[in-house]
Amino acid sequence: MVDSNTVLFGQTLIYTFYALAIILLMAWFGYRVTTHGPSKVKPAFFYTFVGFLILLGVSIHMVTLHTIPWKPMDMERADIKADKVFDISVQNHKFQLPAEKMMIKTNDKVLFNVTSGDLTYGFGLFRNDNTMVFQMQVLPGHNNDILWQFDRPGVYSIRSTEYSGPDGVFMVEKDVVEVTD
Amino acid sequence: MSYINTLMNGEQGLFKHTSLTPLQKITLRFVVVGLLYYGLVVIEGMIMRMYAVSPIEAVTTNQYFAILTAHPLVGIFGSTYLIVFGAFLFLVPFLMNKPLWSIKMANWTFWCIAIGTFIFWAAGFISHYAPLYTLYWPLPADFTQFSVVGGTFFILGIAIVMVGTALFVINIFKTILYTPNGWKKQPASALLGSALGYSGFKNLFSKKKNRQEHLVSLPVAAIARGTVDVALNAAIILFTGVLILVYMVGALLGFDLKETAVDALLYKNWFWWGLDLIADGLVLIFVAGTWYLLATLITGKKLFMENWARAALLIELIVSWTVWSHHLMSDQAQPGWLKVVSGEMVTAFELITQGLAFFITLATLWSARPLKMSNPLKFLLGGLLGFALAVPAGIMQADLGLNRILHNTQWIIGPHVHVAILIGLSMTLYSAIYFLLPILTNGAKLYSQKLTNIHFWAHLIGGIGMGAFMGMAGLHGMLRRTLYINGEFMPYMVLAAISGALLLIAFLAFLYNVIMTVGINGLLGIFKAPAIKTEDLIPKA
Repeated sequence: MVDSNTVLFGQTLIYTFYALAIILLMAWFGYRVTTHGPSKVKPAFFYTFVGFLILLGVSIHMVTLHTIPWKPMDMERADIKADKVFDISVQNHKFQLPAEKMMIKTNDKVLFNVTSGDLTYGFGLFRNDNTMVFQMQVLPGHNNDILWQFDRPGVYSIRSTEYSGPDGVFMVEKDVVEVTD
Repeated sequence: MSYINTLMNGEQGLFKHTSLTPLQKITLRFVVVGLLYYGLVVIEGMIMRMYAVSPIEAVTTNQYFAILTAHPLVGIFGSTYLIVFGAFLFLVPFLMNKPLWSIKMANWTFWCIAIGTFIFWAAGFISHYAPLYTLYWPLPADFTQFSVVGGTFFILGIAIVMVGTALFVINIFKTILYTPNGWKKQPASALLGSALGYSGFKNLFSKKKNRQEHLVSLPVAAIARGTVDVALNAAIILFTGVLILVYMVGALLGFDLKETAVDALLYKNWFWWGLDLIADGLVLIFVAGTWYLLATLITGKKLFMENWARAALLIELIVSWTVWSHHLMSDQAQPGWLKVVSGEMVTAFELITQGLAFFITLATLWSARPLKMSNPLKFLLGGLLGFALAVPAGIMQADLGLNRILHNTQWIIGPHVHVAILIGLSMTLYSAIYFLLPILTNGAKLYSQKLTNIHFWAHLIGGIGMGAFMGMAGLHGMLRRTLYINGEFMPYMVLAAISGALLLIAFLAFLYNVIMTVGINGLLGIFKAPAIKTEDLIPKA
């Protein structure tokens, strides 16, 4: 399965390339618009550009649907049976975990079911180098669940990814999720 | 002319505040106070940038989050609203060649927004009320963390800003529709249809000979359409403010109202529906309208593909009402169809509408080659670049797959929000300010072109740089709305702070240039009562 780091690396490449291209394009335009030369813009060029934008807008989501594995899994999670379920609650800026360490086997589908007893929080899983595996919002009065499949061993920390007041800044549970073969 | 003389009386003493009409004066008041609030936002931003490098002892964690709460609100209401409203209260009558409906109401708008902003900023600064601008329920009513008195003043300040906003909306629409004394009766309903884009939309599907003439110019249509979103947004924020105030008054009277009476998800939906009317509604519509206006003024040419531009503005208005769910893609209780339809699909339309505005503006400029690289033109190109960078960054995060690993990271607030606001919006506004300066000041001469160049390059490089380094940190997992005290993302934060310092230098260069252009006496004179009593927009030649 594609890792979230792989997706982010791909995004970094694509966006960096785009950003440099558009900066160069604007620099070129800024220079050329001050010089003599043909000035007519054909309507066909405009309509082609409109078509390109429509194609791009639609295709982005189609591409990610077929390349990012957690996207279809998240949309269909109600119909997928989890191999393991962890019920976690949050209250007074503190996570209540079902065990000191949550053990997971690689390739198991795991459901994290998180409920809040007071405020809106976030629930995110992070690697030891602080990069994010995934996150979701945790709203009081609602079920907040995420289904995830870990394809490699690792140790992860939980962190609240939503602001819940200054007291919630340090809501970090270090190394509480372990994935083994 | 001596330095002191220029400092007091402006470049060559050309600016005379006594020559200003009442409308010029009120417009300049909006702009000057809006720029001062922008300066406050830059200083707050710089404090937070330094804090991200290394926590500052003099600033407590609670104070930090109070700054983080006030920073975007002062930026949106105190700075952007004041500058934009001031400019539009001048431009709508200017472009329609008729007096503003009510100068008095414009003055009320100015005072409500200026004072309301100061009240909510001061309330946050003193009491450390810090639920952030998102106000996720029930945080704004969590009085175990926040002062109820401080919160009451905070919400009251916001409410006063919204009252001023409502007065602006009334003034704009009345100005478009009313018939001035001595004029032939104006066709109000036809004007409204033109202003809201109905006639332009109909023209797209009509034969050439049957096409209706546009009764209002395209920039006025853009202002009218953006103002619809301003009105809806003010209504939502006022409603939410009243709800929070009910809980605050209850707490002050000793009643503990049940926070669970309000559904957190429903609240989040209506609040984001309203809030997004700023981010994805009026900002994009107002900006597109301003691009069109500047492009036609700079070139003296007709806008390229005008009917398409009008239709795109109408579509953007509808998009802005149905796009909010991209803020709730990480909320698992949010219905999946809303995430896909509103969050992904409708949001993708912004790529199309903003892309059209981008193309049409560039094509209009291109049609007038060769152009002189004037200050308005270079800042306009900067503004176009800002949105060309920021909109695709936003489209990426409005994807169910990518949002799972981007939501609430520095990616959102860096390459998307700050690049959109600092480069896209601010540089567009600076372009308008440089263009309007001689018109609003009756011919004042800019003190230094060198300072303007410093302003341009430091702002452009600083803004893009800050957004880029925040974005890189976000792609490596750095969250927004939290603190890292162990130097986890140090290299990115140092580079972002250096970029932030460039933004501060840019603003100081601009501020000094403006002061030296109009002089301290001229600046103070703007706030004195007008010497001329007239309904004219600018003095008669």
